[in-house]
Amino acid sequence: MANLKTVSKKSKAQSMGMHTEVLTGRTQQKFFNPDEAENFYYFGTYDVDFNKRTDLDVKDMTAPEANKEIDNLMSQGYGTIVIKNPQGKHSLGVGILNKLNLIFEGSLGYFGMGSCDGPIVRINGRVGWSCAENLMAGKVVIEKNAGSCFGAAIRGGDLICKGSVGARTGIDMKGGTIIIGGDAGAFTGFMMQRGRIIILGDVGINLGDSMYDGTIFVGGEIGSYGSDAVDAELTKSDQDWLKRKLKVAEIGENFDVSKMKKIVAGKKLWNYDNLEPTEKKGAI
Amino acid sequence: MCGIAGLIHRGKSSNVGSELQGMLQALKHRGEDSTGYALYGDTDGKNFIMRFKVGENVGEGSSSVMEDVSVYDKRKKIVDETLAEMGAKIVKEERTLPYSLRYEIDYNVKDLLEFSQRIESIPGVEILSMGKSLEVIKDLGNAKMVCDRYSLDKVVGTHAIGHARMATESGVDIKSAHPFWGYPFSDVSVVHNGQLTNYWNNRRVLENKGMRFMSECDSELIAVYLAEKMRDGATLEEGMKASLTGLDGVFTYFVATKDSLGMAKDTMAAKPLVLYESDDLVAMGSEEIAIRSVLPQEIDTYDPFDGEVKVWQI
Repeated sequence: MANLKTVSKKSKAQSMGMHTEVLTGRTQQKFFNPDEAENFYYFGTYDVDFNKRTDLDVKDMTAPEANKEIDNLMSQGYGTIVIKNPQGKHSLGVGILNKLNLIFEGSLGYFGMGSCDGPIVRINGRVGWSCAENLMAGKVVIEKNAGSCFGAAIRGGDLICKGSVGARTGIDMKGGTIIIGGDAGAFTGFMMQRGRIIILGDVGINLGDSMYDGTIFVGGEIGSYGSDAVDAELTKSDQDWLKRKLKVAEIGENFDVSKMKKIVAGKKLWNYDNLEPTEKKGAI
Repeated sequence: MCGIAGLIHRGKSSNVGSELQGMLQALKHRGEDSTGYALYGDTDGKNFIMRFKVGENVGEGSSSVMEDVSVYDKRKKIVDETLAEMGAKIVKEERTLPYSLRYEIDYNVKDLLEFSQRIESIPGVEILSMGKSLEVIKDLGNAKMVCDRYSLDKVVGTHAIGHARMATESGVDIKSAHPFWGYPFSDVSVVHNGQLTNYWNNRRVLENKGMRFMSECDSELIAVYLAEKMRDGATLEEGMKASLTGLDGVFTYFVATKDSLGMAKDTMAAKPLVLYESDDLVAMGSEEIAIRSVLPQEIDTYDPFDGEVKVWQI
């Protein structure tokens, strides 16, 4: 779980190699402080034991009932919960701000795992639109395909889909990493502001359209580039990071990352950092 | 918002009425102003089946003007007389509701244009569908209400498409409800989720070419657009591919013919669609829960990409 704290540029996070970007101009960037993370808990969260495991069959439950029961189980100290028969229901597993090992034995509908911070989730099926929207931290792994708006507006964490994803993946994302094993649809990385997207397969039209910052790596063909999305040099450091990330994600471990394309913002549309707050208002 | 669903059995028939009811009912949160079914039933293929209405459902939040039932009777009588004049013999007649009728007609003409024009020249009369397999049933209310009202749960056939409507661009009435018949082509129907932004431009062009519009619902444009392409010799798939650039806006739509079912998704991929394909069944819907109503077991589904067109045969 993230603990956000402004620190100097030479922070411990940077010295550990967790963050290497050097920004110019004024920035509102916050750095992750690993020293404080263990002490940070949301109000109303629970101390759970990952070795304490239980099953929850949600076949005859509504989404609010199922989510309430997950919360109830966490309050009893269960740290590993297996959800049976999700059957494509919408909004399952939303708003979990707790350490938790959550496993779905089936597919989710729309908005699954939205607004979460901290859980490790494995979905042994498919997910609908807007999976893991606004994810702050944690890890969500989808074994099959995902719908559109996958990882919309995520701030952190790892979001992994082993199959293909729909359009607008990573739209408005502000941090974290999205990894796609298959293909991705149109407008991937649309208006992304930070973070990284890795696509091992092909990607549709308008890739990275109007992106402010962040990086997109593509292993296959690109339908077309969006406005202000440009190619960048794939460095040795990028390749090392990609190898490490794909290995951890259990996806494309043997993928030849040296042939991947790297797409970044041309930053022709990106000049807000140089503006005073009053000027920003005018620009918006 | 609206929700659409469809399924096609390959190499066999099934209880498509009941199956589609389950799929559309699962999508009722996407809109229940009206619900429509296009069912391709098992028939002997000898007679035409004409579903038509002689008035509107004026209850349940309808935006239509109240009419006396006696007006419906007069319109029906004129329809019967017109059919007799054209040499069309009514083999079977069902009047499910005062304003909704189903005729089986012995009529041996391939071009339905003149036939349809004459029937629809009767004020207040609209043909909902015409074909040797297709039956379009649409009315106000959710999927279960319409299914119960028209006893659709026992319909056996090969494929079906349907629509759960939240009225946005036009009125809450049957004429604006989906599916739309691909007038004047036998056994062609369309359902659509989205919004077409060049509706009026296309409508003016198509009307000048002799095509007919019955409502002011933008979705009707898809049926008319495809019908015009097919009239000019294009295949269904060619027409659908042309629609990706010919139609502007956001859309996912299904179109069905006597022996096929197709889907098209706009180049923005702004409207949802989930697909399931196997050797003997293809099922699709705006949300996976629609498919789950017929396939509750764990299955592999996927979202078609932007600008994708697919057609399946029975």
